[in-house]
Amino acid sequence: MRSIILRSATRYLFPIIILFSIFLLLRGHDEPGGGFIGGLLAATAFALYAIAYDVKSARAMLRADHITLIGVGLLLATGAGIISMLVGDPFLATQWVTLNVPGVADVKLGTPLLFDIGVYLVVVGVTLMLVFHLAEE
Amino acid sequence: MLLSVISGFVLACLAPWLQRVVGRGAGAVLATVPLGMFAYFLTFIGRIADGEVFHEQWTWAESLGVRLSFYLDGLSLLFALLITGIGTLIIFYAGTYLHGHEFRGRFFAWLIAFKAAMLGLVLADNIISMFIFWELTSITSYFLIGFDHHRKVARDSALQALLVTGGGGLALLAGLILMASVGGSMELSTLLNSGDVFREHALYVPILLLLLAGAFTKSAQFPFHFWLPNAMEAPTPVSAYLHSSTMVKAGIYLMARVSPAMGGTELWMILLSIFGGTTMVIGAYLAIQQVYLKRILAYSTISALGVLTFLLGLGASGAPGDAELSIYAAKAFGVFLLGHALYKATLFLVAGTITHETGEKDVTKLGGLSKAMPLTAIAGVLAALSMAGFPPFFGFLGKELLFEATLAQPSLVGVMTGATVITGILFVIVSCLVALRPFFGHAKETPKHAHEAPFPMWIGPALLAITGLLIGLLPAALGEPLIAPVVASVLGLDEPVELKLTLWHGINAALILGTIVLSVGVLAYFGHRYIMAVLGKVDFLLRIGPAMWYEKALAGMLDFASLQTRILQSGYLRMYLMLTVATTVGLVSYSLFQISEFSIIPEIPPTDQWGHLLYENLYTLIVAGLILTGTYGAVHSKSRLTAIAALGVVGYGVALLYIIFGAPDLAITQFLIETLTVILFVLVFYHLPEFPKISRPRERMRDLFVSVTAGVMMTIMVLLATGIEPREKVSDFHSAHSVDLGHGRNIVNVILVDFRAMDTLGEIVVLMISAIGVLALLKLKSRSKGEKV
Amino acid sequence: MEPVLAIVIGSLYAAGLYLMMRRNLVKLVIGLVLLSQAANLLIFTAAGLRSKHAPLVPPGEAQPVGDFADPLPQALILTAIVIGFGVIAFTLALFHRAYQVIGTDDLDEMRATDT
Repeated sequence: MRSIILRSATRYLFPIIILFSIFLLLRGHDEPGGGFIGGLLAATAFALYAIAYDVKSARAMLRADHITLIGVGLLLATGAGIISMLVGDPFLATQWVTLNVPGVADVKLGTPLLFDIGVYLVVVGVTLMLVFHLAEE
Repeated sequence: MLLSVISGFVLACLAPWLQRVVGRGAGAVLATVPLGMFAYFLTFIGRIADGEVFHEQWTWAESLGVRLSFYLDGLSLLFALLITGIGTLIIFYAGTYLHGHEFRGRFFAWLIAFKAAMLGLVLADNIISMFIFWELTSITSYFLIGFDHHRKVARDSALQALLVTGGGGLALLAGLILMASVGGSMELSTLLNSGDVFREHALYVPILLLLLAGAFTKSAQFPFHFWLPNAMEAPTPVSAYLHSSTMVKAGIYLMARVSPAMGGTELWMILLSIFGGTTMVIGAYLAIQQVYLKRILAYSTISALGVLTFLLGLGASGAPGDAELSIYAAKAFGVFLLGHALYKATLFLVAGTITHETGEKDVTKLGGLSKAMPLTAIAGVLAALSMAGFPPFFGFLGKELLFEATLAQPSLVGVMTGATVITGILFVIVSCLVALRPFFGHAKETPKHAHEAPFPMWIGPALLAITGLLIGLLPAALGEPLIAPVVASVLGLDEPVELKLTLWHGINAALILGTIVLSVGVLAYFGHRYIMAVLGKVDFLLRIGPAMWYEKALAGMLDFASLQTRILQSGYLRMYLMLTVATTVGLVSYSLFQISEFSIIPEIPPTDQWGHLLYENLYTLIVAGLILTGTYGAVHSKSRLTAIAALGVVGYGVALLYIIFGAPDLAITQFLIETLTVILFVLVFYHLPEFPKISRPRERMRDLFVSVTAGVMMTIMVLLATGIEPREKVSDFHSAHSVDLGHGRNIVNVILVDFRAMDTLGEIVVLMISAIGVLALLKLKSRSKGEKV
Repeated sequence: MEPVLAIVIGSLYAAGLYLMMRRNLVKLVIGLVLLSQAANLLIFTAAGLRSKHAPLVPPGEAQPVGDFADPLPQALILTAIVIGFGVIAFTLALFHRAYQVIGTDDLDEMRATDT
């Protein structure tokens, strides 16, 4: 599509959507959101970019290969499970640590976050792989 | 123990790679692992002989009672030693036997995987783990028999073995599960202590029959014996290992293992001694009619398995009163088991060496090889002497005890002793056939010029044969620590029994019988040609054997399958769909009519509340109308783009429903997915033609009827389901513990990444697979471009 | 509101199945999409529409307050939606490819390639 309006709008929208998707991913444990939703939203941003410009430049925006994204995502999700095995719990039993960031607040970090990031990456990778490949046909 | 089983599987995975790296010496390198295990199990002998047993346990699927648990007592120790010991020699042997073979790495992988599975089988305590290992031995055996996969005979024999033993395996599974439900435990070590519960239970007969079906097929008892001779299509090391000393004894192991719980009844004794007795006579009779070395040995193995079954039948028959009797038989069982494994593996390996070096497998065309290959000849002759039952070999002891056990029976002494005597005579003939004929007499021309086999190929048989001789010479010192705990396991005794194994029992009936058998056997060997001529006339009996029934059943099944395919698989997708839908609707409607207690007619609120209700649910009604309109549009539209747009309306409508009913996560997901779906559709449908109208009105009416019926049924189902108010919900736990256990306030997300994270992990894997599928579909094209597809 | 949703679900099933029994590839896929919507809604409704409040715990609380929707079917459906998308994409790619290779979108004409 060769629409100037769409292109300029996309240029500004794209980073905002990506940021928002990461926001949704991170807050997912407490409010609506999470890896699936965040991943889908990020994928939508790239799809929008592919429509406004073309698949090639959208791929360039992504930088990494889809397969790599999927692989890293699965690795993170499985790794989140294996961490608990190292502690002696069953596979995927969650582990939490509280980080005390002086002046801000106590930040709670846990393996579910890692797991959700894995889900996010897999969803982005898979969705974009589907969209890009079918678009290139 | 876990390590010894697991390491086997790991080694199996590494074997092809090792084979490539090490090359020629791969057999020797790989053999070190089972050798180490053999040494490890040797260290248990002393403690097991003192009456100790060992347990190890890992949880697997705890909620199902499935554990990975191991149990080591006298019986499993003897098997474990045979498996690892003979395994070491076989792997070493196979390295040279298959030297230069294209798929040597694959061969090692299967052989070692088999060894690990077999070890797991005899060590397993949990019945489900045992069953899994049992099936693994069948599967690895399938691949090993069909190793020369380019020959149809090999493939057919492999399939036959798999079908027969696999069918038995299913019966075994049923039997084991029944056993667990009756005994209230999944652990064999617990079940075996509740023998009286089993023997008096109403399900005793079905359990016994199912277990025996598994054992008889695996251990090639008549009438399921026919797969074993055909399994000789496997390379000789496999025959020596799987089909003489280990796998076929799995059935024997099973019977011996359960005999404390299931044995001791009249039915047990009758079934085992009749089947075992028949098998031992028929097997030996068929053996002397063969001319190919390996087939002679295969039939004699069947016969030996029959002997073992027969002895188990007698062995556990001991009611408390005749404990003496059952100890006789169990003692004979243990001695015969060990002796047979030693000499039969030797003979198979010797047969393999002969064929390998001369290129000839027909005994009638072999002779005078003792000069060319003296070491192999010595091993062969030693083993054959043991098999025939000459003193001072261990085989002599086995035969002696066999006679004693039958002579001591309270009833039917004549029949039983007669059968064992006939079997004994036939055994003598067999051992002469395989060890005298090829090595002595005048030399004959063979396809290859015979010379002594390389070291790895004679050391194995030689070691095994010498072990047989040594244990025979020193039975009390070497045999007793092994056999006494076996007797205790078979009889379910806590304390090992005193056996007093000696070569010389004084002059008694058994010794006289043994002497008669030996002399008649040797005489009969020299008259073998005449006997064969007589037997040749009744040869037709063989052809109507069970093998024919197997062939017929297999062909019939295939015919039935293709008939069914012709009828059901028309190739029209909508026919399949209609059949599925119609069947579902029919069955579900039938069961819905059976339910009378639920009402599907919703309560109609009084008319004065209608306005209020309408106001409250206005959004829902509007959205429902939107979805219905969209659905109608998707079905009815004439153009693709309209249909896609209508689909979008439905999707967004559903998302709105999710918002209304408190599912924001779902709504967001649905919105995003809908957007992406529409993009995909536009991308793909762009290339497809417009809808043509190709179905006839009558077809459309029929399809409409089927689909509307299905729709109505689903509506009723939903109404029924919503009418039920469960007292307790699974999700109550999730909601209550979302914050304190899951550290998250979005319960849906906590379920996804914490409570049910394993499921989510599975789902992202599925996603990945679908993406790879799409990639493969599109990549495939670029490769086949230009070719005619 | 269950009866209304039940009718919506029934209609989606009927429409989806009807479309899947057409001879045209595109209609088959559209039918598949409707069918997966129907299945998701079925799970959602069958679990009971007990509340219109989302299953979220208010900040500072240890347990959800008041009545709230059942979270478990939501978690199930969430993944089902995403998986459904993967299935649809796979189906599309498959049909796209089939159309290119066989040169028809008539399922009856693809029959010859089946056997």
